[in-house]
Amino acid sequence: MEVPRTGSEIDGFCLGDLLHTGSMASIFRLTGPRGPLPLIMKIPRLGAGERAVNVISFEVCRMVLGALAQSPHHPTLVAHGDVETTPYLVMEYVDGARLSDWLERAPLPAAEVARLGAALALALHDLHRQDAVHLDLKPTNVLYRASGDAVLIDFGLAHHSHYPDLLAEELRFPVGNWVYMAPEQLLGVRCDPRSDLFALGGILYELTTGRLPFGKPTSHRELRRRLFRDPVPPRALVAATPEWLQEIILHCLAIDSRERYASAAQVAFDLANPAQVAITELGTRLRPSGAVALVRQWLRARRFEPAPCPPPSIPVERAPVVLVAIGTRHTDEPLFEALREAARRLTRALDQCRVACVTVVPSSATLRGDSEEDTATGRHIKYLVTLRRWAKPLELSEERVTYHVLESDNTAAALLDYARLNEVEQVLVGAARSGTGLRLFPSVAAQVVAEAPCSVTVVRPRAET
Amino acid sequence: MMLALFADIHSNLEAVTACLAHADALGANRYAFLGDLVGYGADPIPVLDLVERYATSGAVVVLGNHDAAAVGRPSDPLRANAATAIEWTQAQLGSKQRAFLEQLPLTVREGNALFVHASAAAPERSIYITGPGEAEKSMRAGNAVYVFCGHVHEPQLYYMGGGGRPMPFRPVYGTAIPIGVHRQWLAIVGSAGQPRDRSTKACYALADLERERLTFYRVPYDHERAAQKIRAAGLPERIARRLERGV
Repeated sequence: MEVPRTGSEIDGFCLGDLLHTGSMASIFRLTGPRGPLPLIMKIPRLGAGERAVNVISFEVCRMVLGALAQSPHHPTLVAHGDVETTPYLVMEYVDGARLSDWLERAPLPAAEVARLGAALALALHDLHRQDAVHLDLKPTNVLYRASGDAVLIDFGLAHHSHYPDLLAEELRFPVGNWVYMAPEQLLGVRCDPRSDLFALGGILYELTTGRLPFGKPTSHRELRRRLFRDPVPPRALVAATPEWLQEIILHCLAIDSRERYASAAQVAFDLANPAQVAITELGTRLRPSGAVALVRQWLRARRFEPAPCPPPSIPVERAPVVLVAIGTRHTDEPLFEALREAARRLTRALDQCRVACVTVVPSSATLRGDSEEDTATGRHIKYLVTLRRWAKPLELSEERVTYHVLESDNTAAALLDYARLNEVEQVLVGAARSGTGLRLFPSVAAQVVAEAPCSVTVVRPRAET
Repeated sequence: MMLALFADIHSNLEAVTACLAHADALGANRYAFLGDLVGYGADPIPVLDLVERYATSGAVVVLGNHDAAAVGRPSDPLRANAATAIEWTQAQLGSKQRAFLEQLPLTVREGNALFVHASAAAPERSIYITGPGEAEKSMRAGNAVYVFCGHVHEPQLYYMGGGGRPMPFRPVYGTAIPIGVHRQWLAIVGSAGQPRDRSTKACYALADLERERLTFYRVPYDHERAAQKIRAAGLPERIARRLERGV
């Protein structure tokens, strides 16, 4: 294959401007043929003096991108050339800002970090639920569309558990970006979606503090420090960092992947609902672990056994967010108990799932009252108390249950929006009850069932005899 | 060319018929039978007659260790139940079936593919490929882009890495795996007639050699009927239960 340059034609594709030249590949805009999508061509750097990993990474990129369902969270693969004669990938050109552009302005305000982070976590969740792991997550590999959706690019080091891992053996020395690499990746583990959550934690850390959690290691020895050393807490660097944000970041950066969040959807959820983050010592600490803890962690690192990879499809589904829609304006104890029983069964079966108790109340403007209790905050507290009272008998630990009072005049629409934004996997909603005068959600259940992006269980108390 | 690969049919007519129908629906136009056509099951004659018809129209057929034992040329001694079933099979075979088995080769090489029942490193012996070490020996001896084999009843795909060591991969059924000709592959297609991984479904694989894709499949079949025939023939009960439980 000739050296491709602007103006060349490969298999009918006309090369335009050279957009990027990296160590592994060059990327050209395409000027033709014209179609519905703007396109780029990625051509791996092959030949004398180039690394063998380039061609394998090309195969991996083709295999993983080709296997993913079309989604706004990764570029669409349009065509590819033969790996032996004319290797190239033609993909959608994603017009958007790179996450690295924001880093120039870091430290960023917590709300902006949360917005960027939540969108990125949702993109990761979309990937993980398809049994793929990115494994080279870094700010230059994340773009944001105008809609706010994050797009992951460069799947050259990715792993898809439905396909042979061509990189597994090549990488006796871990390739990828050392700055964001998870501890288990150093030891050759390439199948744990939680490795991406570690990198996400590193990115959130950098956006929040303007610094890298583990610096820029230049030797294997320095790289291995993250097997036992925890980073300086963000609040020690930027005092304005809220505790909830530090809690999320350090939870993502746990050394053992089993101690991280169980799914990217849960990270997105916490970033989108800061008031619901249960703050532990992680969130409040102002210095890294002391000498005693460090020695203990160092000893542990010497025998570090990475967690086994979760079996395909299970990790994501076993750590779902379950939404329970609870009517708080009237008390309906039989329905409450029926919902509780349904939630109890789910939480027992899925030990990683989290329950979001949600109620929808009319927006403040439409409900007027004079007494103290009827002020907006007074009512809000009353609803929260009802939600907590509902959840108490479930005896769930604090981090597994959250409470949300949504203000809207359209109950079903508010629940559906919430389910979509928070990647809810299952909704429990009470059935409309006729003849009692207590139609909590008249036709709400029906509308939720019809339009929800996930499974919906309509719960009905046993008919009274 | 869509090449359907079947191994370890073990006289299970219901299983091989279901797999063939599945493969034909997906456009199979070439067939390879990777040994152990007989043994265990109750239908040696219909299975051998079926495979012989395919062989006449150009299918690849290689000899397995149970097939060799059925014509009195055992490689390694068989276990108790297997030996009982082979004695029973020997008594069933007519001269036509014996003649067909006796002329089967141990290996067939066609283009960039090598077909063998067990290991290409010693086709006459019954070596189980249970790890990268055995896979590597078979791939080196096979000296082909693709080595297709059976003998081990669970499907597995080995691919040669840059370091010269094959890597194992447990296929996901129904997912087409790119198998580029620039590296070496060894595919154990899994047993059609006697799956042992707690699933009763028959295994087979379909290779699209032009597009360089290999897909492993599991096909449900009437395993209860196959088990019933084993009991009716007076073969060991354990063999029948195996089909019902997939263990």
